[in-house]
Amino acid sequence: MTDMTRLGIDFAGVHFKNPIVPASGTFGYGKEFEEFYPLSELGGISVKGTTGSRRNGNLPPRIAETPSGMLNSVGLQNPGIDHFIAEELPYLKTKDTVVIANIAGSDADEYRTIAEKLDKTDVDMIEVNISCPNVKAGGAAFGVSCDGAAQITKIVRSATKKPVMMKLSPNVTSIADIAKACEAEGADAVSLINTLLGMRIDIRTGRPVLHNNVGGLSGPAVFPVAVRMVWQVANAVNIPVCGMGGVSSWEDAVEIMMAGASLVQVGAAIFNDPMTPVKITEGLSEYCRTKDIMLKDIVGAVKPW
Amino acid sequence: MKYTQGIYPIIRKKAVAAEIYDMTISCPDVAAAAMCGQFVNIKVDGFMLRRPISICGIDKEKGTLRIIFEVRGKGTKALSQLSEGQLVDIVAPLGGRGFELLEKDKKAVIIGGGIGNPPMLPIAQHYGKNAVVISGFRNASAVILQQDFKESGAETILCTDDGSAGRKGFVTDALADCLKKEKPDIIYACGPSVMLKRIIEQAKNAGVRCQVSLEERMGCGVGGCLVCVCRTIRDGEEYYAHVCKDGPVFEAEEVLFDD
Ligand SMILES: Cc1cc2nc3c(=O)[nH]c(=O)nc-3n(C[C@H](O)[C@H](O)[C@H](O)COP(=O)(O)OP(=O)(O)OC[C@H]3O[C@@H](n4cnc5c(N)ncnc54)[C@H](O)[C@@H]3O)c2cc1C
Ligand SMILES: Cc1cc2nc3c(=O)[nH]c(=O)nc-3n(C[C@H](O)[C@H](O)[C@H](O)COP(=O)(O)O)c2cc1C
Ligand code: FES
Repeated sequence: MTDMTRLGIDFAGVHFKNPIVPASGTFGYGKEFEEFYPLSELGGISVKGTTGSRRNGNLPPRIAETPSGMLNSVGLQNPGIDHFIAEELPYLKTKDTVVIANIAGSDADEYRTIAEKLDKTDVDMIEVNISCPNVKAGGAAFGVSCDGAAQITKIVRSATKKPVMMKLSPNVTSIADIAKACEAEGADAVSLINTLLGMRIDIRTGRPVLHNNVGGLSGPAVFPVAVRMVWQVANAVNIPVCGMGGVSSWEDAVEIMMAGASLVQVGAAIFNDPMTPVKITEGLSEYCRTKDIMLKDIVGAVKPW
Repeated sequence: MKYTQGIYPIIRKKAVAAEIYDMTISCPDVAAAAMCGQFVNIKVDGFMLRRPISICGIDKEKGTLRIIFEVRGKGTKALSQLSEGQLVDIVAPLGGRGFELLEKDKKAVIIGGGIGNPPMLPIAQHYGKNAVVISGFRNASAVILQQDFKESGAETILCTDDGSAGRKGFVTDALADCLKKEKPDIIYACGPSVMLKRIIEQAKNAGVRCQVSLEERMGCGVGGCLVCVCRTIRDGEEYYAHVCKDGPVFEAEEVLFDD
């Protein structure tokens, strides 16, 4: 067991025993990973994106390997919010870790309905995905303009008292402006980055590798982009920032925290090694002990030139 | 334990055909939990995604697993360059549903196409003389596992597309002949989807139960990322099942193929 005493973080009014959270869509509803370690070792879990009703998602292939990363085009396959609340949430809530519901909709009403339903549960936090590049309607469309981001923030804010974290798209010109728009409408936090839109083609067949033609890039390849965007956003807003995108080692976690993230999500790296979140936590613990610091002291500690 | 992640030594490795390698890994805890039809997800240095490879042999006493793989791209190439004594990082045994084995005295027809042959060996060993194994390959240089299948006691029928070994033609022709002679209790198949699609039709027409093992590109391998879908029918509705968790083995009537 890792000594977690130096790793605690209060984030948007919720206490996390450590800042490491598996990223939405890469960790199912947690159950599948209990074979590797108890979920209580994790700071929290951001569960698979949930929509108003069941979605089948896109046709396969849904994944393509890329240099130091991968593309995915799952397209938000999920059993719907009612199933999540009835079948997945009660079990997760017994696991002594923070449960973050990740939600998505194709229109403002769908976001409202889901948020209202979650408000009546004991979920700890709501992460609002306005940045999924893999669905045709809604999703990313809201996340690429300040007006769209503000509109969804406002609707979810009015539907729930739970902490609301808006998940931002990197596929924009100024992510800091989008973050400010979310903050202005009452978001408690922002998380970033979702995947970067990409494409691969099989040169033998001339076909895109993904059936959806395009998909979202994640993994170590996007890490420098994530660090840059976290830094820009952390400088632009006063609400806390949850950083992600390519984090695969404790050193990466320290780096993105220095850029301004107080919570860190880990996604694609879990496919390479399912133990990654626990290894990162152990590394962070050792780092804090050696330096004799509390982990929260490094948040935003970068000294820009 | 259902599955685990661990680093284990390769205790045997040899080339068995053109660009096809046979590897034995010493991993007692994994071997103890492994079932027929499951797979291992192997980490390859320098690559983001693990490579799924079927389990071709389970020796619970010796604590070993055997896998056979073909070099298809850069990942399997790197894997083929590992040697005996080196370590591999695997997540295994994976697959929520393997092959269902009936009583040993039932009659089984087991069909493997190309690199779809390795997962069929443990089935042949289960049914022994009550099994007919039909294996198909491109040509003589791609033929694998014939000695192992013979040692299982099963009747073996070897087919090659060009007739350079065994009989000339497809496994489906051999299956048609078998079905004319005697109706088996079950058919098992693994191989390219055109082959599976045809076998499923043949089994349906003959009224024989059929299980097929499917392949799809994977991320996590354990049901957490939802990338490895195949189209199936569940409760009368189309459902995108996950090969790693709901499979890799499916009942023939569940599977939908693209036209
Ligand atoms: C359940 C299962 C069992 C398998 N069993 C065997 C086996 O016993 N022996 C064997 O030789 N091969 C087997 N395969 C296929 C094997 O996984 C691929 O040939 C291998 O992943 C190719 O990797 P690569 O780096 O050489 O090819 P690349 O084309 O460079 O791989 C690029 C990416 O695509 C994926 N990919 C490419 N082809 C396939 C495929 N056919 N299926 C799944 N993912 C693929 C790779 O894993 C990688 O993520 C199995 C696949 C599955 C899903
Ligand atoms: C297979 C897969 C599925 C994903 N599904 C979701 C999702 O449902 N909702 C969401 O907000 N983000 C989703 N994401 C994005 C991740 O949560 C994360 O933002 C992104 O992958 C960057 O982090 P990483 O580089 O550590 O993977 C998904 C990512 C992957 C790889
Ligand atoms: S590979 Fe992740 S769900 Fe199958």
